[in-house]
Amino acid sequence: MHVVPAIKVERLVKVYKHVAAVDGVSFSIAPGTITGLLGGNGAGKSTTIAMIMGLTMPTSGRVAVLGAEMPRERYRVLHRMNFESPYVDMPMRLTIRQNLTVFGMLYGVPDLGGRIAELGEAFDLTDLLDRPTGRLSAGQKTRVSLAKALINSPDLLLLDEPTASLDPDTADWVRTRLARYCRDRHATVLLASHNMAEVERLCERVIIMKRGRIEDDDTPARLLTRYGRRTLEEVFLDVARGRDEAREAAQ
Amino acid sequence: MNAPINARAESALAFSLRRVAAMMLRYWYLLRSSWPRLLDLVYWPLVQMITWGFIQYYVMQNAGFFARAGGTFIGALLLWDILFRGQLGFSIAFLEEMWARNIGNLMMSPLRPFEFIIALMAMSVVRLSIGAVPVTLLAIVFFGFNLYGLGFALVAFFLNLMLTSWAVGIFVSGLVLRNGLGAENFAWSIMFVFMPLACVYYPVTTLPVWLQPAAWLLPPTYVFEGMRALLIQHTFRADLMLDALALNAVFFAGGVFGFLKLLRSARRHGSLMQTGE
Repeated sequence: MHVVPAIKVERLVKVYKHVAAVDGVSFSIAPGTITGLLGGNGAGKSTTIAMIMGLTMPTSGRVAVLGAEMPRERYRVLHRMNFESPYVDMPMRLTIRQNLTVFGMLYGVPDLGGRIAELGEAFDLTDLLDRPTGRLSAGQKTRVSLAKALINSPDLLLLDEPTASLDPDTADWVRTRLARYCRDRHATVLLASHNMAEVERLCERVIIMKRGRIEDDDTPARLLTRYGRRTLEEVFLDVARGRDEAREAAQ
Repeated sequence: MNAPINARAESALAFSLRRVAAMMLRYWYLLRSSWPRLLDLVYWPLVQMITWGFIQYYVMQNAGFFARAGGTFIGALLLWDILFRGQLGFSIAFLEEMWARNIGNLMMSPLRPFEFIIALMAMSVVRLSIGAVPVTLLAIVFFGFNLYGLGFALVAFFLNLMLTSWAVGIFVSGLVLRNGLGAENFAWSIMFVFMPLACVYYPVTTLPVWLQPAAWLLPPTYVFEGMRALLIQHTFRADLMLDALALNAVFFAGGVFGFLKLLRSARRHGSLMQTGE
């Protein structure tokens, strides 16, 4: 049986004023998997994600999400996707409940009150639901963003640095919930992160980008074997700095 | 996986009242939570109305013509405020999304651009009502000028002015979407470009002859001329209102077209994720 990929990217290019932010990227992500997108600053991760979401138009190449061509057919699938990114915030004066209500209505969530209560419980936000979002700590705000990202129980979740501002305990707690959500709903996740431990723990596949191109693409275990390293962080440094320079730094 | 919903609901043109209501609710929550925002809706129209009301009172006592033209200044002021506040109400609701860095969330949601525009139009009427209704009532108390006494003419004036304000607001929102908050000043000042040419406080014949055709290209010009005809000659000029309506159709279509073009350009330039200066 032919399985439609959750994300299919073919020869994707994005040029800003003669600079290729993304330069001929191709990959396909199977439904129900968690894939990590790694790369240093300016590697092209966020631009790639923005094109997958349909927020940015590619210079050339194509993106298909859940079988829909992006951005042309985005309204076929936007209600089945969601995202969390450090580039966006939620209205600060609105309470968590108000924000989740507005987004729930936008996504057409049935039994919205019940869903908000469920997410409040899942992300330990129940006691904070009537507090303005602007009066939350950075960690609480991240949990609210994740609750918003899950408001419509998406089949595809795009996460850009989802645990960047969380303490290790809360970050671990969030990862556990994300992993459980994906397992229970057979949801697909594309996760851009600088946290190698997080990627190692959550992702069954890792795509490493550098200067707008894919440098490597494999399972974490095979990457470790191929680079002869013990951690993904060392692999990342090998790719980012070039293998010899990284080996010296490690020593 | 979720079952796919029907093809009509998935179309870019599918309209959802629920999504429009969601956006209106979002702005209502914001207004309700912020007294400076509410106060801002009322205080400037009030200050203007009082200032111009007293000026009119003064000239009425000293000039025969103005004595006959009772209410033209204050009427012009109140109608100008509908035009200006209508556009500002639209633009500020849009700017709230930019200030809150929320535009990416909205553009990534199933909210269609035209639903967003309809919600902003509806909110501009809500904001205008909060500001204008108390001021128009105070105009009756302070200066004996009853805007509602204009009857059906007021409906025609209001409709035409709101259409212009929305057309301009839609276009300016596109500019801000494409260029970031660096273009925010247009939202505050663009309507003042209309002021001298729309002949808010004086008839079109006051302008130099070569400039008059330009004035007649603007829909508000017809409204202000219509208001003066009503207050001075006690004649409702339906022809002027129909001309304004036709021009407004062109303005509105131009505003929407410009917005969609600028939105497309913002997608091309990646500015929807980077909405700063």
